[in-house]
Amino acid sequence: MSGGHQTLALALFSAFVAVTLAITTWVSRGRHGSPEEFYAGGRLFSPMENGFAIAGDYMSAASFLGISGVIALFGYDGMLYSVGFLVAWLVVLFLVAELVRNCGRFTLADVVAARMRERPVRIASGTASVTVSVLYLVAQMVGAGSLVTLLFGESGTAARAWGVIGVGALMVVYVTLGGMRATTWIQIVKAVLLMGGAVALTVLVLLRFHGRLDDLLTTAAAHSGHGKAFLGPGLAYSGGWTARFDFISLGIALVLGTAGLPHILSRFYTVPTARAARRSVVWSIGLIGGFYLMTIVLGFGAAALVGSGAVRASNSAGNTAVPLLALDLGGGAGTTGGTVLFAVVAAVAFATILAVVAGVTLASSASVAHDLYASLGRRGAKAGGRKRGEVPVARVAAAGIGAVAIALSLLAQDLNVAFLVGLAFAVSASANLPVLLYSLFWRSFTTRGAVWSVYGGLVPAVALVVFSPVVSGSPGAVFAGRDFHLFPLENPGLVSIPLGFLAGWLGTVLSREKADPAKHAETEVRSLTGAGAA
Amino acid sequence: MDEQDGPESGFTVAAPRAAEEEPHAYTAADIYLEVQRSAAFQEVRARYRRFVVPATAAFLAWYLAYVLAATLAPAAMARPVAGPVNVAMLAGLAQFLTTFLLTWAYTRHARRNRDRAALDLRWTVLDRGVGRDRGGQA
Repeated sequence: MSGGHQTLALALFSAFVAVTLAITTWVSRGRHGSPEEFYAGGRLFSPMENGFAIAGDYMSAASFLGISGVIALFGYDGMLYSVGFLVAWLVVLFLVAELVRNCGRFTLADVVAARMRERPVRIASGTASVTVSVLYLVAQMVGAGSLVTLLFGESGTAARAWGVIGVGALMVVYVTLGGMRATTWIQIVKAVLLMGGAVALTVLVLLRFHGRLDDLLTTAAAHSGHGKAFLGPGLAYSGGWTARFDFISLGIALVLGTAGLPHILSRFYTVPTARAARRSVVWSIGLIGGFYLMTIVLGFGAAALVGSGAVRASNSAGNTAVPLLALDLGGGAGTTGGTVLFAVVAAVAFATILAVVAGVTLASSASVAHDLYASLGRRGAKAGGRKRGEVPVARVAAAGIGAVAIALSLLAQDLNVAFLVGLAFAVSASANLPVLLYSLFWRSFTTRGAVWSVYGGLVPAVALVVFSPVVSGSPGAVFAGRDFHLFPLENPGLVSIPLGFLAGWLGTVLSREKADPAKHAETEVRSLTGAGAA
Repeated sequence: MDEQDGPESGFTVAAPRAAEEEPHAYTAADIYLEVQRSAAFQEVRARYRRFVVPATAAFLAWYLAYVLAATLAPAAMARPVAGPVNVAMLAGLAQFLTTFLLTWAYTRHARRNRDRAALDLRWTVLDRGVGRDRGGQA
């Protein structure tokens, strides 16, 4: 690959950074630093704007590069990711979006704390939210590192570290200066760019095959080296019973994890009403569904036009399939068209990573300031979350979380991006979803149940990862030289999600205090009618 | 957006004691309990659950069946249907289709059966002097 695409990609990406920094200063001019403004962007976004922003928050580089890469290498099995990521939105739409908008103010813990003793619940739920967010951030920033390596080739080890640090520093700037309002607009810009890029590439792939999808699939199968097996499931996940259970575990984590992701939940607070929250989800399901359908075409397109072997030779995880496809669609290496398309794809992927990390950082800074600091702090124990100092704390927290995420990403540079995202989803589904659903729907749920449910999901999920083959005892592990793995699966969801639900039930049954019927009435009435909504 | 109230409207920032200044001697808890027991609220809740419970069970079962089939019975899923298209491909696209259809059905159901009644109830609660209480931070 020539140096031309590097310069162009850097120029395009710099343009994106300049535009988004301009947006950040523009939208935050003259805004006072109230929590409403910082965490929720003033709550007056339209459903369409919020729908684009949700889609922007959700469609990470892991899905753009990762899913199409998995499809390019393993064919059909990559599609299972797309399906899981999309179906998950039905959980959000049916059970979570409207009710959370009606009951909470800024964070997940708001919904639970409204019914329970505030302090323990906020500490538990805040801890879980921050854990999920940091895992998710590490995944995105490792992705940024891979992209830098792709762009600068073998000599990019130092460049890769600087890429991670640069992304981290930029996200801290967006979040601390612009809060939710700036972050939302960055998500919208990014969603438009990403959809535009995906549509353009998809159209080019379809044109190459004269609109005949059967030709596309047949050619993909022929050039994959697997023949017809490429179009059916099993190439990636049917190695043995462990691999199969690992995939089932991942599938469950994907479908249940979305509804517990803090940065997704916080997006529902940026619209004025529950109905607006519902309509945002409809917009985002349309956008996300369309996007994942296109990644399928792009993945099979990369297999057909670039060839699975060439993709694997460039990056063994397949992350470079789409950039390579763009190079080919533009006319091949060395041509102007190829260079331009490659640079555009790389710049869009960078923009994607930057926007997603900003959204996640904002949500986790809200958890730190609004839940943890307000509960652990001396004065906070009494005054709840409405103290003057909350927004400055959130800004400091954003910088701190940024630093932690940068440090962890530098350590975890060699882990697979899609896999890391799967972990974040598993922890989210184990620690956040059970407590949220119990609080909204279970009359007898108690404080003890809530606390047990959070820790009962969080601790097993994290512990099972630590004792999994990801951390030790396998060739690609973090500590490849040591072996202390006890749990066979890479994804903990299959065990830790049921444990989260079980612990919540057990804690409730074993509570000495009974659930307060008045508090339950309040949550139920508010969640379904919007009375008293912030 | 007929039920809009921005953060500026004052519901959430008003003093927590507002309810006590009302002429009625109700507390917020009494009112929420009363509304929860009212036939109107029970109807809204029943309509919500009558749609959401079976729909959630259905899509989760359908998704789980899909994942299990793909991992445990790949041979059956690879059976060709027409040209390069096989059962697995159709099942995956069907997941997309059912997701879009359920989204449409849910919003239609909510708009027709729930939104109006929920809004009325919201005003009922507000008229009693609740709603300007402690917001989400209880």
